[in-house]
Amino acid sequence: MKIMNMVGAINDALDIKLNEDKNVVVFGEDVGVEGGVFRVTENLQKKYGADRVFDSPLAESGIVGTAIGMSIAGLRPVVEMQFCGFIYPAMNQIISHASRMRNRSRGKLETPMVIRMPYGGGINALEHHSESMEALFGHIPGLKVIAPSTPHDAKGMLISAIESNDTILYMEPKRIYRAIKQEVQEGKFTIELGKANVLTQGKDVTIVSFGAMIREVQKAMVMAKEQGISVELIDLRSIYPIDRETIRNSVKKTGRLITVTEGPQSFGLGAEISQIAIEEAFLHLEAPPARVSGYDVIVPLPKGEHHYMQDAYKILYEIEKIVKY
Amino acid sequence: MFKEYNPINKLMFQVIDNQGKVIDNKLMPKITDERVLKAYKDMLFARTADLQIVSYQRQGRIYTYPPNYGQEAISGATAVIIEEKDWLVPAFREMGAMLAKGVTLKELFLLFMGYEDGNEYKNANKVLPISVPIASQMLHATGIGYEIKYNKKKELVYAFVGDGGTSEGDFHEAVNFAGVWKVPVVFIIQNNQYGISTPTRMQTASESLAIKSIAYGVKGIQVDGNDFFAMLRALEEAKKVCENGEGPVLIEAVTYRKGAHTTSDDPTKYRTKEEEEEWDKKDPLKRLKQYIINKKLWSEEEEEKIIEDFKKEVDRQFIEAENYPEYKAEDIFKYMYSEMPQELKDQEHRLKEFYRWKEERVSQTIKK
Repeated sequence: MKIMNMVGAINDALDIKLNEDKNVVVFGEDVGVEGGVFRVTENLQKKYGADRVFDSPLAESGIVGTAIGMSIAGLRPVVEMQFCGFIYPAMNQIISHASRMRNRSRGKLETPMVIRMPYGGGINALEHHSESMEALFGHIPGLKVIAPSTPHDAKGMLISAIESNDTILYMEPKRIYRAIKQEVQEGKFTIELGKANVLTQGKDVTIVSFGAMIREVQKAMVMAKEQGISVELIDLRSIYPIDRETIRNSVKKTGRLITVTEGPQSFGLGAEISQIAIEEAFLHLEAPPARVSGYDVIVPLPKGEHHYMQDAYKILYEIEKIVKY
Repeated sequence: MFKEYNPINKLMFQVIDNQGKVIDNKLMPKITDERVLKAYKDMLFARTADLQIVSYQRQGRIYTYPPNYGQEAISGATAVIIEEKDWLVPAFREMGAMLAKGVTLKELFLLFMGYEDGNEYKNANKVLPISVPIASQMLHATGIGYEIKYNKKKELVYAFVGDGGTSEGDFHEAVNFAGVWKVPVVFIIQNNQYGISTPTRMQTASESLAIKSIAYGVKGIQVDGNDFFAMLRALEEAKKVCENGEGPVLIEAVTYRKGAHTTSDDPTKYRTKEEEEEWDKKDPLKRLKQYIINKKLWSEEEEEKIIEDFKKEVDRQFIEAENYPEYKAEDIFKYMYSEMPQELKDQEHRLKEFYRWKEERVSQTIKK
């Protein structure tokens, strides 16, 4: 075991896979010499050379598009989008090709690649640096979308993602890149993709969340506990595919569901999870599923961001309401 | 000039040398001594502000900021040529040009303090807000150029992008469209040698960035971007080309980002002190200052005094920005649509109900 933050854990996962599989290549804007603007790829170029870890020209469509070609030809590229707000030039390549190549070629061609991307707010950033658009990506058939909430998960999930034969969007909650440290198993281990994790068992309310929001839910749970409310917390880990079974079992037990996500409300992940609860546990529901999410607005600049962001109090507000329903 | 300096000839257009001496008088732009002096002061003001912002950032009084340090002559020359009727389409390192259009320093402060209100530009028209997604603004410039041509107006567009931006698809599409449509747009690439940590040679295998103009069938030129007179003369010529309906023009302004990419960046990771020192000799303000001192238009004493005045002015506007009213909850909703949909009204209502609940809740907790 080794104490790591999330940046260190992701770096470790890349290191392990670069070392183990010569088909793994890592590239993107500033990932080589500089080691990434968040230092996630630090020292990897020194260790593995500029053929395997390198800086690309500044072009997101170029990065994803060439990675598709590399992966079809047999490499396993792990590419970085510098910020969530800069991925949009690559959307054409993601939607039109990465997510379709297997189906289009009837399984003959595969695009085993990972697109890493820091996402989410709460870091006092400039415009385009704070979005959480998981629903946009979850809506693309053929793409897998995952997001860890701890260093341990970050490492195991990334190793699994690199080994997967699908294209995976790996969303990194940059707000907690360095905020959480924990003991992480050394060496290689994997975490099965598509499986949610029940972080806390509870009996009154199920809360489903992911990424940086988990920490906010945990703060709210402390306040809820003072009032004797017991919350079961599910860390989704995988946005697509979504773990129906874990959601179903929990909602059947508690009868109440709250989703906590960062993205805008409408057509968001909260709606999807609520629908699962309705389909799978309708007769067990004791209150309408509630969602704590962003509003249907552009993420405000730092001075207004607190109005937008979900925090412990916004979550507690919904917990109290749903329990009293 | 575009013939002689066709990028295929691999010539960089220069008017003054590193000591501020005019290389060839024929190359000088049309400008009075008085206007040169004003331009110098404006550039010095921009630099003073820029350096001060970086120190405010270190004090935690402002968030991430992308410095202009070392690139002031490009905006400085644009400031001289751009008129009220013209459009400015900035990337995010064009402070001098923005101030010339009437944007206030206070507004720039507000933006980097985290208020969208800083993008309102109350006293400036025909300036687009800074554009963070690299090169995306280039297409907007082409579109504005189309409107100008369509309505037979006598306006120009000055559009900016960095060296890194030339790798984006939007750069290609913007210049290509502009070439096909023959619109009056002057595209200015601020080649400051780095896209964050990535040097220009890793952005392109082209001889230069200016040479890309040839493939698009538009006039192009590589200019010493640290040479105020060269920039101004190139802009004058580009303006003529556009006014004759032969635009667009692509200018590569060769410069150096003396500061960091943003205040979050550490350039020691990717460049050497020797390189920085080499470029320091070509500093745009030093060169222009030598020129005006040689011409007895300026002195070190005047410079020292004016910097003190500038610092006070920068501070004054900064403090005004710091005292800006609190960001209200309704402000995140009200500009989303021309008329607010019921859905958003409901969401705003919900947020305000939450705040009422929270206030009560927190005061109860305090009483306990």
